[in-house]
Amino acid sequence: MSILINKDTKIIVQGLTGKTGTFHTEQALAYHGTKMVAGTHPKKGGTNWTGANGETLPIYASVAEAKDATGATASVIYVPPAGAAAAIEEAIDAGIDLITCITEGVPVLDMVRVKEKLDASPSRLVGPNCPGLMTPDECKIGIMPGSIFRKGSVGVLSRSGTLTYEAVFQTTMAGLGQTTAVGIGGDPVKGTEFIDVLELFLADPETQSIIMIGEIGGSAEEDAAQFLKDEAKRGRSKPTVGFIAGRTAPPGRTMGHAGAVISGGKGGAEDKIEAMQSAGIQVSPSPAKLGETLVEMLK
Amino acid sequence: MNIHEHQAKEVLKGFGAPVANGVAITSLDQAEAAVASMPGPVWVVKSQIHAGGRGKGKFKELPGDAKGGVRVSFSAEDALANAKEMLGNTLVTKQTGPAGKQVNRLYIEDGAEIDRELYLSILVDRETGKVSFVASTEGGMDIEAVAEETPEKIHTIGITASKGVTDADAEKLADAYGLTGTAREQGNKLFRTLYEAFTSKDMSLLEINPLIVTKSNDIQVLDAKVSFDGNALFRHPDIMEYRDETEEDAKEIEASKYDLAYIALDGEIGCMVNGAGLAMATMDIIKLYGAEPANFLDVGGGATTEKVTAAFKIITSDPNVKGILVNIFGGIMRCDVIAEGVVQAVKDVGLKVPLVVRLEGTKVEEGKKIINESGLNVIAADDLDDAAQKIVKAVKG
Repeated sequence: MSILINKDTKIIVQGLTGKTGTFHTEQALAYHGTKMVAGTHPKKGGTNWTGANGETLPIYASVAEAKDATGATASVIYVPPAGAAAAIEEAIDAGIDLITCITEGVPVLDMVRVKEKLDASPSRLVGPNCPGLMTPDECKIGIMPGSIFRKGSVGVLSRSGTLTYEAVFQTTMAGLGQTTAVGIGGDPVKGTEFIDVLELFLADPETQSIIMIGEIGGSAEEDAAQFLKDEAKRGRSKPTVGFIAGRTAPPGRTMGHAGAVISGGKGGAEDKIEAMQSAGIQVSPSPAKLGETLVEMLK
Repeated sequence: MNIHEHQAKEVLKGFGAPVANGVAITSLDQAEAAVASMPGPVWVVKSQIHAGGRGKGKFKELPGDAKGGVRVSFSAEDALANAKEMLGNTLVTKQTGPAGKQVNRLYIEDGAEIDRELYLSILVDRETGKVSFVASTEGGMDIEAVAEETPEKIHTIGITASKGVTDADAEKLADAYGLTGTAREQGNKLFRTLYEAFTSKDMSLLEINPLIVTKSNDIQVLDAKVSFDGNALFRHPDIMEYRDETEEDAKEIEASKYDLAYIALDGEIGCMVNGAGLAMATMDIIKLYGAEPANFLDVGGGATTEKVTAAFKIITSDPNVKGILVNIFGGIMRCDVIAEGVVQAVKDVGLKVPLVVRLEGTKVEEGKKIINESGLNVIAADDLDDAAQKIVKAVKG
């Protein structure tokens, strides 16, 4: 089994008609026939989108219309930053279960507004500023490179895109493979947090181990460590390898990701590593040894 | 993006916040006119640099017992003498690092009669996803120290976005500060004004330390530090006008022209990486093997050959760089694009230091081929660990 998405997940693309949306939709369709079923554009409803290999998808004027017509339960957003929050709100209003926002650079106060609406709705948001989700051989939402994945037993979750790829690639090379990989994104205010995904991985019988990649800023890693500690006391635990990026980052500087900043003496790497270790997570000092560390742990 | 205190006060004044009169100056002639335009009897002369701790800071060029970067003057002559001592000199505070920052402008302000000093800030609380007020009666102090030593003196009040500052929120804040009479009325109004300024201008931090209650029981903004969400600047051209490039690293300004996320550091190994997390991890692994990174650089997912060339030039323009590590895990970013950029940049600017390249992911074979066929003296690496060890060895021997 996988979490959140599988071969039956039907997906609407918000921002399909742009260059980024087009490229990644072609890639998704080519990846084991991921069920991309429609696109939306306020002014191009009723037309069709055509990909580089002749694939076509219908375009609807709104997410609600696209959902009614296709029965899709998920959407992926490739809308530029200025319109991304409105796109998320539209998907929430349409009752989409799983909304994934890839867009980087969404103003944080837009996300504050979205978060209030999201919390009062049944929808789940992954991102923004994230690489998306991937269930090997079944479904690709977002921009992760399909070629490095292999169906298997590791649940991967991360705040960073390229470090997700490192973890995926290393577990593939180690022969372990992945159940699902989830990039939760590098923004300070976002939809899905580590804890939400950890809960799903703990509950998924096929996920036998977990790799969790955090970075400086905020306290989501500490919260996640506490969660794993509490769950272990209730008898639920899985071998988990961790990594924290940004040990050498100077305080007060935003390291590329809007959320990656040590501020007011908080959010430093050492505190996070300590919290994770105290929860029984094996924290790898090197991002090149995630797979190796997990293999050792599973022996 | 950070702005100066006097600019922050101008913004807040525009929203109707009570701010003392003041004039920003960049020359002594201007200082003279500014001092003369104010009634006295107290003038405050304040260094305008993008760093905190100015009052306790020390000027490098002045004797150790000289006064700091914020000076209270009790005559016009004294105010001018202070301006003369400060302007053009280098102020070192606990936030500037040992190199300090040159004081190119001063803000000369009417003095106030202070009864109590309070602390107020507004920020986005990432745990709750809400805009929050942080309030403390311990104004004028280092708030991190207050939080550490007396956390009970810090009050955090989250604001619901759809409602804004409610009467109940304002009352809670006024209670936290122990405001009474006119100060309470003014405070109630000010909290809403500041929230309005914060949200309508997409600030990421608004810090007033201190917010003062005067002897006549009026509220006044005595200091103001404001940062803006860089992702929202596109909708605030007026705020963009406040950018002071003399406060920024020249390499960082150049990088921002190409939309590269670059941060200058003190080490000897230049890094070019795709993805913020991997870029941080690359810095970390360099340190793990005993060297120091010279920079953080994320070329991003949509980098072109031109962008990669620009990035490479910025790295090589840093005289501290003794070696370069290119670490790419191609997802959206294609390895062949990176390889072409690196080859082009080396052709343009030459290569005087060892270069280690690690490519993985999309179009990796094409990328490796471009590097191999270029005839460049490049050390190839298989994975991140191997790459870090090779560059550290090449630099440290």
